[in-house]
Amino acid sequence: MGRFILRRLLIALPSLLGISAVLFTVLALAPGDPFEELATNPNVPPEVRMALRVQFGLDDPVWERYLRWLASMLRGDWGFSFVSRINVDELILQRLPTTIVVIGLSQVLAILVAIPVGVLAAVKPYSWFDRIASTVAFVGFSLPTFFTGVLFILLFSITLGWLPFVYRTDISSTGWQFLWDHFKQSIMPITVLGLYQAASMMRYVRSAVLDVIRLDYVTTARSKGLSERAVVLKHVVRNAMIPVVTLVALQMPTVFGGAIVTEQIFRIPGIGSLLIDAILRNDTPVIMAVTFVFSGLVILFNLVADVLYGWLDPRISYR
Amino acid sequence: MNESDLRALIEQVRHGTLPRRAFIQRLVGLGLTAPMASMLLMHEGVAQTPTPLPYKPTKRGGGGTLRLMYWQAPVHLNPHYAGGTKDQDSCRIFYEPLGGWDADGNLVPVLATEVPTRANGGLSADGRTVTWKLKRGVKWHDGRDFTADDVVFTWQYAGDPASAMLTVNVYRDIKVSKIDAHTVRVEFARPTPFWAEPFVGTWGLILPKHVFEPFSGAKSRENPANLKAVGTGPYRLLDFKPGDMLRAEANPNYHVPNQPFFDALELKGGGDATSAARSVLQTAEFDLAWNLSVEDVILRQLESAGKGKVHFYEGSDLEYVTLNPTDPWKEVEGERASAKSRHPAFSDRAVREAMSLLIDRKSIAEAIYGRGAVATANFLNNPPRFRSPNTKFEFSIEKANQILEAAGWRRGSDGIRAKGGTKLKFVFQTSVSGPRQKCQAIIKDACGKAGIDLELKSVVASVYFGGDFANPDTYQKFWADMQMYTTTMTQPDPQSFMEQFTSWELSQKENKWARRNLSRWQNADYDAAHKAAQVELDAVKRAALFIRMNDLVTGDLHVVPLFARPRPYGVNARLRPVLSAWDNTTWALGYWTREG
Amino acid sequence: MAGLTPESATAEAAGALGKPSASVSPWQESWRRFKRHRLAYWSLWLLGLMVIAVLLGPFVWKLGINDVDLLASLSKPSLKHPLGTDDLGRDLLARLLYGGRISLAVGLAAMLTAVLVGVFIGALAGISRGWVDAALMWLTDLFLSLPQLPVLLLLIFLFREPLKQTFGLELGIFILIVAVIGGFRWMPVARLVRAQFFSLREKEFVEAARALGASTPRQVTRHILPNSLGPVIVAATIDVAAAIIAESTLSFLGLGFPPDIPTWGRILYDGRDYLDIAMHWALFPGIAIFITVLTINFIGDGLRDALDPRRVL
Repeated sequence: MGRFILRRLLIALPSLLGISAVLFTVLALAPGDPFEELATNPNVPPEVRMALRVQFGLDDPVWERYLRWLASMLRGDWGFSFVSRINVDELILQRLPTTIVVIGLSQVLAILVAIPVGVLAAVKPYSWFDRIASTVAFVGFSLPTFFTGVLFILLFSITLGWLPFVYRTDISSTGWQFLWDHFKQSIMPITVLGLYQAASMMRYVRSAVLDVIRLDYVTTARSKGLSERAVVLKHVVRNAMIPVVTLVALQMPTVFGGAIVTEQIFRIPGIGSLLIDAILRNDTPVIMAVTFVFSGLVILFNLVADVLYGWLDPRISYR
Repeated sequence: MNESDLRALIEQVRHGTLPRRAFIQRLVGLGLTAPMASMLLMHEGVAQTPTPLPYKPTKRGGGGTLRLMYWQAPVHLNPHYAGGTKDQDSCRIFYEPLGGWDADGNLVPVLATEVPTRANGGLSADGRTVTWKLKRGVKWHDGRDFTADDVVFTWQYAGDPASAMLTVNVYRDIKVSKIDAHTVRVEFARPTPFWAEPFVGTWGLILPKHVFEPFSGAKSRENPANLKAVGTGPYRLLDFKPGDMLRAEANPNYHVPNQPFFDALELKGGGDATSAARSVLQTAEFDLAWNLSVEDVILRQLESAGKGKVHFYEGSDLEYVTLNPTDPWKEVEGERASAKSRHPAFSDRAVREAMSLLIDRKSIAEAIYGRGAVATANFLNNPPRFRSPNTKFEFSIEKANQILEAAGWRRGSDGIRAKGGTKLKFVFQTSVSGPRQKCQAIIKDACGKAGIDLELKSVVASVYFGGDFANPDTYQKFWADMQMYTTTMTQPDPQSFMEQFTSWELSQKENKWARRNLSRWQNADYDAAHKAAQVELDAVKRAALFIRMNDLVTGDLHVVPLFARPRPYGVNARLRPVLSAWDNTTWALGYWTREG
Repeated sequence: MAGLTPESATAEAAGALGKPSASVSPWQESWRRFKRHRLAYWSLWLLGLMVIAVLLGPFVWKLGINDVDLLASLSKPSLKHPLGTDDLGRDLLARLLYGGRISLAVGLAAMLTAVLVGVFIGALAGISRGWVDAALMWLTDLFLSLPQLPVLLLLIFLFREPLKQTFGLELGIFILIVAVIGGFRWMPVARLVRAQFFSLREKEFVEAARALGASTPRQVTRHILPNSLGPVIVAATIDVAAAIIAESTLSFLGLGFPPDIPTWGRILYDGRDYLDIAMHWALFPGIAIFITVLTINFIGDGLRDALDPRRVL
């Protein structure tokens, strides 16, 4: 297993490089101009705009720009945002804590809700619990977050007036009040996003457990006299976890840049909204940096998932 | 309205028979801007009695925190690089110019002691020199004194093409010299009727020399002051996160006594316009929201909560449709929409008349924008009370049908009119925006009833307005039959604004579509008038020329103005802001107060 | 996990053993088993009804989808407008019926694309080892890392005109959208299938098949694949909803169908700011999407039960 991990890590580096090259090329070819504001401004003579393009090296051939970008990344210089005129790593670091807290917690919530509910629903398929849970799940992923977010805001912020709906990073209170204020403003986005993820994940968990629960060894365990709880927890769940591990591994990287709609609706200054702003403004250095980290996370978490398969099911062998 | 009519009106103001305000509004109705009208009076020696802005508090502070909501977040704080109004407004919190424009278009001194006029020696007789007297005792946020050196430096910094500042055209061709520590002289290359451009309003914010000088020229992009503003304004910066929010505290050394009223200021950005409206009007989490381009139906619903109202400030924003005079589907010398080609359908005046009749401006304005749009036929703005006698608009499907029928455009078997092999099928493009798409849908519906088929196309704003010359969907390329968007005058003087219809600004392949005449319309009389206006020193003659240009453009019916878009602000019921559509939202931030 | 030793026949329905059965083809047998799953059966009918409604509805319900009637703006459901109107006074029933064609077609086609591509790649990666698996997983990671929006802009920029020329406006955009949405959703399916394959190929019954001389493709298609369909079916139902919503996001960005084409996701999006004023506007497309998802899910459950060789039905 150790050799397997080492080999995969060694492969990870060139594959990350390969991905970054493809990403860079796609971004370079995609239409859009970072200085579009200048183009529409009658005060700016075209020469100024052309001079800026040269200054930022935008008219050089793609491979030259890629190598330049790679070289500076290796040196630790993540680039300079065209739009905000600030170093990209500063920009990302400003938003990292909020992202981890809000989006990260929503993923955790999703897992904490989906697994127990899915397992319970599968243990008694087509019971009233299962039907209700499944129906709620269907509603959950049929309705996009831009819809449920607005619904929540209308209900909790406007009608009931319980929760603020504009997220603020600069809460000045301290101690318990600080935590309570943070809780009040985060609970809606965390719930909206978490429940959306939980809806689909619950269905996967249910399906995976259903596959396992009818098998012979479960019947054997039951007939041995083990309590239902022990049967489920020790025999069923662990064996049903492989699809779930796959899914969680696929979901984790989206913390870093995936929750775009939720961040927009609640005005959470996370990396998702940074990414979409950068994309709409064609701020290439920021897009490259964020997607580069994102692809690193993708590779990392998929590696972790592959390793976990072996631990969950000892029969899976590695070459 | 010609020159002698204008002179007569001015005499009336001078003798007091016509109120100054009415004069200005009348001229705005004819297509000029309020600042221009006000300058006109000033030029003719009609004194402007300075009415100070209202301000009641008798001590500084005590007002709590002022919260502003900008649904497009500011991304940096360099005033001379700020392209969008959101960035300009944020810079204006900290930086100040020598003078600003109030809601009626009057010039109000800020860092200057008084408005330069001929009477006080501020303006020279030949129209080439302006002398400003600077206020004493003004300090920068870091404690240093504000002097004439800073004004001179601002001119050098912004006027240097190597800095790549957006305001370069304003400062490039002038010469600014220091007379003494509190007097500056601005010299223009040619007699300049509208002299209040440098150091005034949005493009005129003064920079501290000691902060910006080490980062002049090409190093300007690395200046940390791009994000950490040091100005003379009523608030001092505490924290700024680009794309997210900024926080400021009251400036204890502000040069206007008893200001500012609020102790702290927060500006939050991001999200969409509707939820921004909710945050002010329904939950009162914020005191003011900028630019609420939301359907009026929704706004009225939100106002019913009673916590705030939407205020509309008339400015110079205009939503209009252009009917392409060139042919975007045929290549002439390898170029589509070439100025050498003619549009097969729109070159027929009957078709253009019909199109103008098929746009139900009033209903669109009311249904979608409500109070946020005022139907107009003028290219330069138009308040509802006064209409230019030369232009008018009308909506009539029957008349459109008659005109087309009479001109020989007969309906084919598919219901679409055609003549000589040319069908009335058009591609109508605009940017992605809820209200705009609805506008398109309404126009398409009306056109359908007259036998004209429209294919609607919407392009992502950053691509549509982007200058990417490799992309076929930009509005500069205009590779469609019709396009629609809002144009804004970035300066109170219409000269550069009206230059977008001259033939030397035609946007073509040879200049990489980087010129400003996107509508491809040209006219010899218009060119002549514009050239004359550039050098005309007599302000009244000049105004008459602009009115004539407006009539020429709109009379030819290629450019179809739809409505003027007053700027909508969501304002908390207890807030008393001082706003102006001719300057930044935050132009008089120190004067804002809150009741109760 | 699927595919361990099958449940012994004696554990259930012993009575079924007594009945002699006439010889039937495997497809007829599967259909019969499918019909026994009542929910799946009725869902199939409901879905069929919806398909017929959106295909034929516009011929029966004659109100135009673009008829602007500002006086009737935002009216609640009534006899004249059974589902109400939007803020331009356009009839929502007509728009739902018309847009349903596109939404259902896009939803189903994109889902099929994602599932077929995902199953193919996942199976291939799962059954091979070594470099084929590594290469395919690199490809999967690449697609997972790609930021969707710039790629979309690029693809549309490159391919919209040629597709429009060849296939006409609506079909061309349809192909582009299905390719784009399906192209961004196959990766989870691939990884899930691959994971299933990893555990299944070690099982005794596969070993047994191998010992009996089954070639690898036969092992895959007859033995492993049918047992790994559980997560695939869940993914399919989720993908239909996601595809319908994704189409609306594309249209909102100006990249999909023109803005006046009323797909369900688009209507939902347009109505979201009016929830407190005119809830019916967003409610009905939401219900339509929900019902589609529900029916697809139950059909999927029924399919799985019908094709499952271990279940005695």
